[in-house]
Amino acid sequence: MPKTISEKILADHAGKSEVFPDELVEARIDFALGNDITAPLAIEAFRRAGAKKVFDRERISLVPDHFVPNKDIASAIQARMMSEFAKEFDLPYYFEVGRMGVEHALLPEQGLVLPGDVVIGADSHTCTYGALGAFATGVGSTDLAAAMITGRIWFKVPPSIKFIFRGKLRPWVGGKDLILYTIGQIGVDGARYRAMEFAGELIDSLPMADRFSMCNMALEAGAKVGIITPDSITEQYVSTRAKLPYKLYRSDPGAAYEAVYEWDLSNIEPLVALPHSPQNVKQVTQIPKTPIDQVVIGSCTNGRLEDLRLAAQVMKGRKVARGLRCIVIPATQQVYLEAMQEGLLQIFIEAEAAVSTPSCGPCLGGHMGILAPGESAVATTNRNFVGRMGHVESKVYLANPAVAAATAILGRIAHPGEVLS
Amino acid sequence: MKIKGKTWKFGDDVDTDAIIPARYLNTTSAKELAAHCMEDADPGFASRVKPGDIIAAGKNFGCGSSREHAPIAIKAAGVSCVVALSFARIFYRNAFNMGLPILECPEGAERIRTGDELEIDLDSGIIENHTRQETYRAQAIPPFMQKLVKAGGLIEYVQEQMQGLE
Repeated sequence: MPKTISEKILADHAGKSEVFPDELVEARIDFALGNDITAPLAIEAFRRAGAKKVFDRERISLVPDHFVPNKDIASAIQARMMSEFAKEFDLPYYFEVGRMGVEHALLPEQGLVLPGDVVIGADSHTCTYGALGAFATGVGSTDLAAAMITGRIWFKVPPSIKFIFRGKLRPWVGGKDLILYTIGQIGVDGARYRAMEFAGELIDSLPMADRFSMCNMALEAGAKVGIITPDSITEQYVSTRAKLPYKLYRSDPGAAYEAVYEWDLSNIEPLVALPHSPQNVKQVTQIPKTPIDQVVIGSCTNGRLEDLRLAAQVMKGRKVARGLRCIVIPATQQVYLEAMQEGLLQIFIEAEAAVSTPSCGPCLGGHMGILAPGESAVATTNRNFVGRMGHVESKVYLANPAVAAATAILGRIAHPGEVLS
Repeated sequence: MKIKGKTWKFGDDVDTDAIIPARYLNTTSAKELAAHCMEDADPGFASRVKPGDIIAAGKNFGCGSSREHAPIAIKAAGVSCVVALSFARIFYRNAFNMGLPILECPEGAERIRTGDELEIDLDSGIIENHTRQETYRAQAIPPFMQKLVKAGGLIEYVQEQMQGLE
């Protein structure tokens, strides 16, 4: 029977010839990860279970990224729990401050998560790796603990929904806009428990950074995974990085989808998700002139080198508007280094933006840019729930890096064309 | 197993930042997390909720982060059950792994109001609303989840498996 890419990956990992939507399967995992918020709970559960060893020390990564460099004593204690666990079990892929990055930018960059893998992570945005053609999904800490012990996890096989993107994108429109458009159309529970498969000519030519942004936010539509068929762009990305073998899967012609959406997005302008929901999407040109207090450029959604290049293109030779704070956070040490070598950091600093060491920081209202009551931010991050970046009376607008940079220059939500015209 | 309690009603898409804001995630203490439960949705909730109380909500309850701190905070606040039209998938897994019973019940989610006295039979999925003299039928807990609940949670289930390997 023809199967989707998600079904084929799950079947292989469950040791079955085929699996069907809504079937419960127990699958072998290729990789598991946790961060400084979720791993401490997982470590407690691991110990409570009485486990003495991990299933495979080279298939587990612990990444302190949310509250590091430690923002307070409590966070420091949580981070230490991770580093001690990593030492005890001799985990090679524990990434200390100075070697780390935002987990979902770091693990693909390091070649640890690969096409055809089943990956679970105690972080909801683990679905990012679907951009590589992996079946990757977020779980809770206890699921992570169990998987670290057994190397297995149970799944309900998700029905798949296919999204076909056609047309030719306008300037300054990219992967972030495609996924915001999708969430705006189907809503924050439009793909609940589903696999979102992204396809079509726009995806075929989309660079990896944009594909990561798209799959990253599949979760904001409620999906279990967002996935893109690996192609030459994927292979070019992984072939030089892969630390483990990988396998390329693709959906069979005639595979069954619960729904198929097909959109020609030739005419959309960059999009913005207004407070307080990622589904609250409008074209930037339709938004009234909204004054902004803070701009954040970074995160697992848009903190990659390509994202920083876009922002720098808009900000080069200009200054951040008076009364606005602009915070740029390269997602990994490698991105930071390359941004420095390319001169991007100089552009940001000369524009009077703050450049931070890698951290999830402000995205989740952790640290490094918390909002006061009544303040508004434009962020290249993935969520704009009430209180997400700080005070419960603050607001977050989600946008792509070029829109965020234009907003930083003009002090209000702006189209990049307004700066560069 | 039967649960009896008074209801707190919330709307659609209650996200994990509303259930337990990230600013409190620098602890794993259930008691500390419970003190901030639902803080950004209803600041008075944690101080007024009584042991055994029930949360009712609309669609997609628990959307957002994978933080297990969310069901931990709800359970430690004394909440005995969450009834919603639907749940976000990671929250659904986490609730069972933490031993917090949750039920999908579209009819109940629509009819139940704050203050209603409910009696829930977890085995049958029957919800009796004593305040409104109504009965709702929730979707039965899937057999595999019942197995987890019977073992006492995921960790206990894994312990059983480890013993099997020895």
